[in-house]
This record gives sequence, C-alpha cells and structure tokens, in this order.
Amino acid sequence: MIMQEMKEKIREFLGRYIEEDYSDDEDFYLMGYVNSLFAMQLVVFLEQEFDISVENEDLEIKNFSSVDNIAKFIQTKME
Amino acid sequence: MFENNSVKKIKCVVWDLDNTVWDGILLEDKQVYVKPIVIETIKRLDERGILNSIASKNEFDDAMNKLKSFDLDQYFISPQIHWNSKADSIEQIAKNINIGIDTLAFIDDQQYELDEVKYYHPDVLCIHADEVNGMLGRPEFIPNYITEDSKLRRKMYQDEEKRILAEVSFQAPKMEFLKSLEMVMTIKEAEPEDLKRVEELTVRTHQLNTTGYTYSFDELSSFVSDKGHKLFIASLDDRYGSYGKIGILLVECQKDIWMIKLLLMSCRVMTKGVGSVFMSFLTRKAEAENVKLQAEFIHNERNRMMFVTYKFGGFQVISEEGKHCILEYDFNHKSEYPPYVTVQIIP
Repeated sequence: MIMQEMKEKIREFLGRYIEEDYSDDEDFYLMGYVNSLFAMQLVVFLEQEFDISVENEDLEIKNFSSVDNIAKFIQTKME
Repeated sequence: MFENNSVKKIKCVVWDLDNTVWDGILLEDKQVYVKPIVIETIKRLDERGILNSIASKNEFDDAMNKLKSFDLDQYFISPQIHWNSKADSIEQIAKNINIGIDTLAFIDDQQYELDEVKYYHPDVLCIHADEVNGMLGRPEFIPNYITEDSKLRRKMYQDEEKRILAEVSFQAPKMEFLKSLEMVMTIKEAEPEDLKRVEELTVRTHQLNTTGYTYSFDELSSFVSDKGHKLFIASLDDRYGSYGKIGILLVECQKDIWMIKLLLMSCRVMTKGVGSVFMSFLTRKAEAENVKLQAEFIHNERNRMMFVTYKFGGFQVISEEGKHCILEYDFNHKSEYPPYVTVQIIP
C-alpha cells in the first residue's frame, strides 16, 4: 500500500475524534485527544484495517502519536 | 487474595415468548396468557440485579404491545424480536449489553431452539421452559452480593440504551458527544459501607481489570483501616442519570513507593473513556506525595484495554515474567484530565 493511501485511511479514522486541522507530523497526544478508549479503538482499527497484530511491546505512545508515526509503525509491522 | 472458583453467575436471562413467557402463540391464538411463575421469576431476577432480555420470533410491535399489556415491557433490555436465528439474537444481546456470552442463560420451550443456541454458543446456559420453576434456587442465579447498585442495574442499562441512541443520532465527532454527556466522576476513599460493592465489582469485572485479584470481605475491611493501603472508589454521573460506583483502585503504600494492586472499571462505562481519568487522579496524588508509582499487571485474553490505558497514560514496563508485569509511571508525562469529565474529589 502506498504511504499516501495509508495516511488517508488513518486520517479518516481520526476524523471521528479530532475536530481541528492538523498536519501529518502533529502530535495529537499533545493536542489532548488521547484517552484509553480512543487509544484502544485506534489500536483495534489499525489491526483490522491493515491486518497487523499490535503486540504489547508495540504499545508505546511514540508509535501512535501522529499520522506520520502511525504510518511508519504500520510499515514496519507489514514488512 | 483468592481465585473465585464458584459456579459461573448468570448476568442476563434471555426469554423466548410463545409458550415460554406466555401460554399460546401470539400470531395464531386469539388470546395468550402470561405464566405467573415467569412473571415472578423475572421480577425476582430483576431485584437480584440479573438482567432480562428476549429472543423471540415474532413481529416486534405486536410482541412489545402484548408485553406492555401485561406491564412487563420495562423489564427487558435489548429485546430481540424478529425472524432471525436465536443464536444471532443471543450474540447481539451479549454485545449490546457488553457482557461475556458465558454469563447468559437462554430459556425456550422448543428443543430445536435450545439445541441451536447450544451448538453455536456452548457456554450459554440453556434451560427448557418447563424448568423455570425452581430456577431461582439454582446457584447460577444467586449473586454473591445484592447491593443497591445491583437493584438499579436494569435502570442503568436502560439509561445506557438511551445514551447509545443519542450517540447514533448525534452526527458531530465523538469527542463532542462525550462533552455533551456532562460527565462528573466522583472519587473518594472507600468506606465500610462501600465494601460490598467493591467485592461485587472485583468478582464481576474481567475485561477492564488490571490484575483480576479478588479479596475477601475481611481483607477489604482491613485495607480501609490500615495505613499500608489505600482503596479508592469512583462513581460516575451524567445528564442521563447515574452509573453508580464504577471504579476501584487499590494501592499498597510503602514509604517511597505506591504499588497499584488493582485498577478496575465496570464494563458499563467502557465507552466513556474514563479509565484514564481515574488513573490520572492517582498519578497526580503520587506526584504530590512525592512517591514512585508502580502498577502490577496480569495479562489475560480480555483486559488489553487496561494495559493500553497504562501504556498510553505514561507507564512503562520495568519487569516482566510470563503474564505478570510491573509498570512504573514516568512523572515527565503530563496527565491532564480530559475536557469532557469534571472530577470531584471527596477528601
């Protein structure tokens, strides 16, 4: 999957939660949008959408804190 | 601390209607007659905090109107009245109420329906309609505790149904929806009168539970009085009503280190994003007391959300052995309460 397509899918999901505009490298954790529910839904969404399995050791904020970081994370999982 | 090995307790009883709740077949007979033993059983289960639901092949409106005429309609959560398979209905009910399918019982007069449900869901307790008499005495239907909260359980689920309907009709983003609920979390140290509810929650809650430890009533009582432990209890209210007491936090306090032995949240509030709020309360308190904050965690198949709560809440794993691990909070992590919950702390 090309990077752009991946990012669009991620943004589509995030759009349910994040109201303001944000760039691909913006940390939405710092924007105050992360709670346990959001985090869990994000993880489950990524697993289903990209057919990856997120392991306990992958559950680091840095893997999920921006569109760029999520896309990078998915790429490493798909390799 | 002990494992709870007793018989699996039923949280929701799913009833067939024709020839089970009433004598007769609604579509065919001129009149159907509700069975007194069934009314009695439904009401008693309800008092015990066990929910009632319906899986019936009928026209929804006709069946609901009939139940209304018997003044029974308000007892049922998430009724499944349609022509699809009852195995699907059972699955849908477990999903809607957000409880494990193994905590459901299903009652029907037709062996075929019982067999079908049993085939797809072997963990569901299937009971023939002839055996309703005597059901109330079975240990599966006798909760360990009946508290004020158990008596209100049905109402809480009904409030939740209203919220979900509101959520579906609400087109704005999720965060806006959470804000619109005007949630207030009230946190206090547990008092002796809270301990029944504490024990009930530790036994009932598996999904949003960090360790699954259960404690005897005496152990819990000792935590309330001794200085070596802190036991906090959280309740949640919103504009639709109260969820009651929905969270527990047990901390073992040593001089320089606090260890979270147990953090659990009732599944009732799973979709409210408040587990992290309760946790932030403690990280702030530990910071003020200038102690290290650690947490035990025992992985199981269902409690991943709590692990995520810790990890995204600023905790890092510092040691690990099999399914058991210890996490420690990094105070560089800032823990703000989310904008959609007001936190009220009772000293």
